[in-house]
Amino acid sequence: MSEQKLQSQTVQTTGHAWDGDLQEYNNPLPVWWVYTFYATVIFSLIYWTIYPSWPLGKGWIGGVSNITYVNSAGETKTHSWNTRALLVADMNQAAVAQKPYFDKIQAMSYEQIAKDPEMSGFILSAGRSLFAENCAACHQAGGQGVVGFFPNLTDDDWLYGGSYEKVHETLMGGRRGYMPAFGEVLNGEQIDQLANYVASLSGIEHDAAKAGAGDMLFHSETAACFYCHTAGATGRQDIGAPNLTDNIWLWADVPAAGTAEGKVAAIRSVINNGLNKGVMPAWSGRLSPEQIKVLAVYVHELGGGQ
Amino acid sequence: MNFNFKHEWIETNIGLMSVLTMLAISVGGLVEIAPLFFIDETIEKVEGVRPYTPLEQRGRDIYQREGCYTCHSQMIRPFRDEKLRYGHYSLAAESQYDHPFQWGSKRTGPDLARVGGKYSNEWHVQHLVAPRSMVPESVMPNYPWLLSTPLDISDITNRMKALRKVGVPYSLSQAEYDANVTKFGETVASQLHIPDAQKNLVEQANFGNYDGDRTGISEMDALVAYLQMLGTMVDFSKYTDDAFVEFR
Repeated sequence: MSEQKLQSQTVQTTGHAWDGDLQEYNNPLPVWWVYTFYATVIFSLIYWTIYPSWPLGKGWIGGVSNITYVNSAGETKTHSWNTRALLVADMNQAAVAQKPYFDKIQAMSYEQIAKDPEMSGFILSAGRSLFAENCAACHQAGGQGVVGFFPNLTDDDWLYGGSYEKVHETLMGGRRGYMPAFGEVLNGEQIDQLANYVASLSGIEHDAAKAGAGDMLFHSETAACFYCHTAGATGRQDIGAPNLTDNIWLWADVPAAGTAEGKVAAIRSVINNGLNKGVMPAWSGRLSPEQIKVLAVYVHELGGGQ
Repeated sequence: MNFNFKHEWIETNIGLMSVLTMLAISVGGLVEIAPLFFIDETIEKVEGVRPYTPLEQRGRDIYQREGCYTCHSQMIRPFRDEKLRYGHYSLAAESQYDHPFQWGSKRTGPDLARVGGKYSNEWHVQHLVAPRSMVPESVMPNYPWLLSTPLDISDITNRMKALRKVGVPYSLSQAEYDANVTKFGETVASQLHIPDAQKNLVEQANFGNYDGDRTGISEMDALVAYLQMLGTMVDFSKYTDDAFVEFR
């Protein structure tokens, strides 16, 4: 009690007493805290001077800090500091650093690029990140695709062609696959015959009698399969009709079917229902011409390029 | 001045303290929000931004219902890495008809502000039903019911009327429709006409066949229609790379 009285003589209390004798000391703020506070005030004054801060009428105070950049129209401009101007300057700086490579790529033919180790190295690293962000969602990280949905880019089987030029064309304009549903024009038996014939082309276990009938049907005007898949069933790359003789499967999930019946059934289902998928988006609006050329080479080098 | 201020006045007067507390708090809002209503150049003047069609709007409702925004932002920031990955930074103008906006800041999954047109409808359907069948390392949940649940289109007119009340220019009268024709052109204006909403919704879903199943309109149809539109309204090839610098 006596100690408390002693302290109350050196430090003032707030002057209010609760419950008769409860009092509160009115200690000053710690010195370090007060000076930190002053420092933040000074910092804000400096910040307001340099960067855009206060609204003023219908605009705002831009601050003394400026960014000078060259825009895509080639004009040099200066604007008060903001992240959008900073981005233009930033993109420009990076573009200047990458320009020698991209200029070289645009000037070189595909064959020259493939032979040049420096360019191949650049394409491997630039292509990998482009592929991972834009292509891997469908074609998977290694380009192996998904059976039933998206084609494998690492094998030698190409729907629309595997040359540099064709890969480039596919990237630019996109693709759209289509096959009519033959369940609407043929009966179950006929479709079964066709499925056995298609199985026979790839050496899959099948019913020889049905396959024989299917052969006739395949090359007849009734089913007219040969118009798109050709008489030899090797497909037409100009319209994306697949080769049916190589035992490589995209739409019918033949590899996953355990039994011979299952394999034929997978083929039958595609003939019966047709396909209205196989859509690849066009990338010409999303990626730059240089990026698309890099990707064309990268995809070509995945293993299946022709 | 013989005015002796005592802190005790505030501390012992709850009414006065409430008023002063509210005044102190409102300073933050006043200096940060209020000026935006007076500054001329916060919303960029661009061509192409329009309110959502009835089908896209229903897709947007499903996007919110399923909580997509808890993992996906729709806000590309003006940084080089974001531009390289996602495309042009988001503009204020692009979310001017959003109620509520879906900017977000939490990216467990990628930003979706410009996902429209990046993948095929087929990919979206398969990816929403079973994400890991398309992206093996994905942690996104499966949403298989979107494909099997028919889309409820009975209340589309009420939903659009509600949005109209908060400022989205969906039209009810002929005069409003005519104003939309002037502003957005006839094709868009007809999509924004509330009396035709159900008809427009069914037509767009049947024509687009977003879920790959022609037998009916599923919630998947609406969601994929919405996703395929995201970020596609403004044609950035019409603008120089510094066209929007002056708005900041």
